[in-house]
This record gives sequence, structure tokens and C-alpha cells, in this order.
Amino acid sequence: MVNNAPALVPLLLLATAISIPVLAIRKAKVAFFATMLASFGSVILSSYNVFRVWRNGPLSYHFGGWLPPIGIEYVLDPLSSFVALAVNGIAFFVLWHSGGVQERELPGKSVPYYALTLLFLCGANGMIVTGDLFNLYVFLEIFSLAAYGLIGIGEKQAPVASFRYLIMGTVGGSFYLLGIGYLYIVTGSLNMADVRNILPHVPGNPAVATALSLIVIGMGIKMAVFPLHGWLPDAYTYAPSTSSALVAPIGTKIAAYAVIRILFFVFGVDFVSRTLPVTDVIAWLSAIGILYGSVMALAQNEMKRMLAYSSIAQIGYIGLGIGLANPLGYIGAVLHILNHAFMKGALFLVAANLRKKTGQSDISMLDATLRKKLPWTMAAFTVAALSMIGIPPTAGFFSKWYLALGAIDRGNWVFLAVILVSSLLNAAYFFRILEKVYLAPPPGQTAGEDSHPEAGKGRGSLAGEEEYCLMIPVVVVSFSLLLIGLWNANIVREVIQRILPPGM
Amino acid sequence: MTDFIFGHYVYWSIIVLLMIGLYGMIFKNNLVKKLVGMTIFQVSIIMFYVASAVKKSATVPVLDPAIGVADAARYISPLQHCLMLTAIVVGVATSGVAFSLAILIYRRYRTLDEKVLMEQMKSS
Repeated sequence: MVNNAPALVPLLLLATAISIPVLAIRKAKVAFFATMLASFGSVILSSYNVFRVWRNGPLSYHFGGWLPPIGIEYVLDPLSSFVALAVNGIAFFVLWHSGGVQERELPGKSVPYYALTLLFLCGANGMIVTGDLFNLYVFLEIFSLAAYGLIGIGEKQAPVASFRYLIMGTVGGSFYLLGIGYLYIVTGSLNMADVRNILPHVPGNPAVATALSLIVIGMGIKMAVFPLHGWLPDAYTYAPSTSSALVAPIGTKIAAYAVIRILFFVFGVDFVSRTLPVTDVIAWLSAIGILYGSVMALAQNEMKRMLAYSSIAQIGYIGLGIGLANPLGYIGAVLHILNHAFMKGALFLVAANLRKKTGQSDISMLDATLRKKLPWTMAAFTVAALSMIGIPPTAGFFSKWYLALGAIDRGNWVFLAVILVSSLLNAAYFFRILEKVYLAPPPGQTAGEDSHPEAGKGRGSLAGEEEYCLMIPVVVVSFSLLLIGLWNANIVREVIQRILPPGM
Repeated sequence: MTDFIFGHYVYWSIIVLLMIGLYGMIFKNNLVKKLVGMTIFQVSIIMFYVASAVKKSATVPVLDPAIGVADAARYISPLQHCLMLTAIVVGVATSGVAFSLAILIYRRYRTLDEKVLMEQMKSS
């Protein structure tokens, strides 16, 4: 069914991103409202798209009216509409929250900051809906360039971290470009569906295997799969907290989505798991990455750095689900894209609130006064942490459950052990924070209490000392983890199972 | 054997360029030299695409009345060139962002040498 719905969200975000510097030329505050409006619009549009795709089947839009194998095609199927809604949803809450912290962290930079966030989202949405391999590269670079900017505007070491990310990210993008070059030479087409149909006619061509390897390595760098993760910890740590709350939930997940799209829907399940078993390589590397990220997270003292290493571990879960290459692993991977976006978003927003309130986010400096000073933030942190560990009925439990079932289905007990051990490690590094905040002696006995006489009255009231624009997004995001967890059966049945890759 | 080496000289030179670019990015300490390596890397991929569009005894993809439209094989495929125009734009934008980051780093640390930079970051 031909329709212009797939193109609307990226174009809305792009148009707003370009017009923000003009609109906000007199009043910088306009930038925030324009961003919120565009982001809200993209949430509405993408929820409507999910509904429409659910009822009528895939939608496709042809740019400039050129028919697909020649022209560029945008496709909304259950998978892409679902991931688009997850991305736009978390982005909306992070941007809402940014209104409260952005001015303090980035004084006088709100106009370029919001223009960059929208460019970033435009790139992400474009990568999700596009059905053209080269178009995906262009959106990948739009999205990456905006991410370099968002990370580089931070304080102190941020430009160095961003520079390193840029070098590695550009190598990743270039490998991807080289890969689709090989694919184009073999098949003569760049349209994903068309390449899918042509590939079976060129069996045993070494150029196809080269293309697959180059694409996986390139996307692996962007996705931060274990040995290619070098850029991630510094970039997430030194970025302004509002940027890391935006880049961390979305950045690596989009690359993971692109890997799913290209491996299973372009090359086909049979090719990537039997002819050239790249999925096994991805699964083993991810398993190492899960353990490595969890152990490194345990060793960190700074909260954002800990979350960055935990991101490497969580990306490992998604990679493991992709690498299992069976329906249960696939469901686990796609569900974990949604869950991890919301969990990491909530946790980075909590870190931003801590930085705003106490000026730093070192774990050793956390104490029991926080449970009175930031009651709702810490409650949100608790829910998100439980979800990261994987305690039912939070969302994190169910994606791990599907991954574990997938590992059993595959008969691979090592992967099952990795999932269980990493859950224990997750518990270790989150409970040491929860212990400091909730189990330490009552704050009445600490010295810091006297300087905050109004801290006590926050107990019963809704806000305490927290500002609404900082508190509400955090609380909504983390409690939506409970909703996702409770409704996960519906999500899996109605959305994810409908688009199992052919041949899986 | 000689045919394998000389017949594919374009691809060999592209591989050499790719390796020079990677070498620059990995082993050079100066950030600007890293960027030079990055640019060489990107340009070699652009040349890879353009080399794949080469066709003997064919002409530019502009309608020539002498050839007409009957025989499409007489024209070069324009797609690779168009794709690479986009890739060049992307490369220019990447270099722009990279250089602005390098300027920021220089303003903050007064150096572009990676080793000195690491020491300064540790001490601060």
C-alpha cells in the first residue's frame, strides 16, 4: 500500500531542525518549544503509524514517485514502526527533561543543542524507515555527525572523547559503505527487498561474503559490540548528561536495528547462519561483551561511567539475541531494544538529576540524604535498576527470559550461563547504590541535613525539592518499564511475532 | 600471475590507499594527521565506487543523438557517480566536524599530540 506516512516523521524532524536557528534568532527559549512540538508530533505520528501498520499491513512510500528498484523507498512494517515509536517515545521524555538541566550544563548553547538533537532524531528515524541501503548510509552519517556534536559540546574532556568516537565511527561508516559497494557490484541494486530477491541467484560469490563481513564490522563499530566498543565509555561519560541520556538509549540501538534489518531481511537467515556463520561470531563476541561490560561496570566509581559499561553489556544481550538466529532469540533482541532504550534513558536521567542536585554523580558520594532530597528520582532509579537486573514484572525480565529460552532452544548452555552470571553482576553493581541510599542510617544523623531545612517537608508532598520538569519524565519513563513488562505478551504477539524474518 | 597483479592494478592501488589511511589513523599521534588518514581512507572508497563504473567504449550518461536510446550499454552507469557525490558531501561534513573538534581540543589543552594530551588529561 502506497502512502506518505513513512516519510512524515523524518521530514518533520529535519524541517524543524533546520528552521530552529532561524526561529530562535531573537528568543533562545523558542528552540525548546519548537523541539518539544516536533518531538511530540513525531510521537503522535509514529503511534498512529504503529496502529495503521497493525491494521492494514506494511506501508511504503516512493520518493519523487520513482518506483522502488530505481527510486528510494521508505517502508513501515511492524518492526520498523515499533522501533520508531520506541525511539521517538524515549526521545520525547529526554527532551522534556532537558528543559530543566540544559541551561545549567550548556549555558547559551540551547539553540545549537536543540537543532542537533532534532538532526540526531531525524537520522535515527530515517535509518529506521528507509528501505534503501545507500540511503541508510546517509542517515547513519547524519545521525553520527549529530551525535559527535552532542557529545563534543560537553565540558573538560568531551571534545577528545568525541574526536575518538568520530575517528572510529567514520571507519565504521566507511566499512559499511565499502560493503554495500561490493553488494551493488554483485547485484546491481541498492533496494533492500530487491537485493534480497537477487542474492539467491549469485550463490557462492565471494564478493557477497566480503560485503557481509564489511557491513557487520562497520555496523559493529557503531553498535559497540565487544572488541569494537573502545569509543563508548569516554563518550558517554564526558558528554553533557542531557546528551548522554539522549545518545545512550538511541545511538547503539539504531545500529543494532540496522544489523537485524540487513542480516535477516537482506542476506536472509539461511545465509548468515549457515553459509557464512557470522551470527555465531556475533553471539560469541556478545557473550564475552556481556561479561566484560558487567565486570567493568562493577569496577567504576562514577555513575555515568558505570552506566556506559553497562551499556556495552546490554548491547551484548541484543547481539546475543541476533546471534542466536532463532525466533525466541530474535524476539528477545527486538524486545530488548525497546526495554534497554527505556531503562538506560531512565538511569541516565537519574544521573542527570543527581548532577543537577549534588553537582556530581560519584557512587562513593551517594548517601541516605538522597532518599529525602530526591524521593521520586530515587524511586525511579530503583525501578530501572530492578529492570536492569531482570526482576519480574519489570520489562528487563522478559527480554532476558526470551533470550534464555532462545539459548536453551539452541542447546547452548554457555550462553544461558552468561545470561545468569551477568544478571548477578548487574544485581551487584546496582544494589551497592541502592544500599547506600536506602539501607544506610537515617539522614537525620548526618551532617548534611541541617543545611537543608526544607528537606523534611518533601516527604509527603509530591515533589519535595524536585522540580516537576526534572521529576515527571524520569518517573514516567521508569514506571513505563512496569507497563511494558506487564504488556510484553501483547507486544510480542501483536508486533514482533508478525515480522519474524522469512526462513527463521 | 602477472595478469592478476597488473590486470587489477586499480584495486591494488585502492587497497594500498586504504591501508595508508588506516595506518595514519592508528599509528600517527598528531590529531590532524589522524584526520588526514581518515580523509585518505574515505577517498579510497570513493575511488572504489568510481572504478566500478568504468566501461570501455561507452560515453557519459547524457543523451547523445548519434547513439540514441536503443543501446543502453553505450552509456556509463551514472549511479555510482551520483552516490559518490553524496559520499563526498558526507566526507566534507565529517571533516568539518572533526576539525572543529580539533580546534576545541587545541584551545582547551594547547596541544594536538595524543601522547601529551593523554598526560594532560590524567593530571587534570
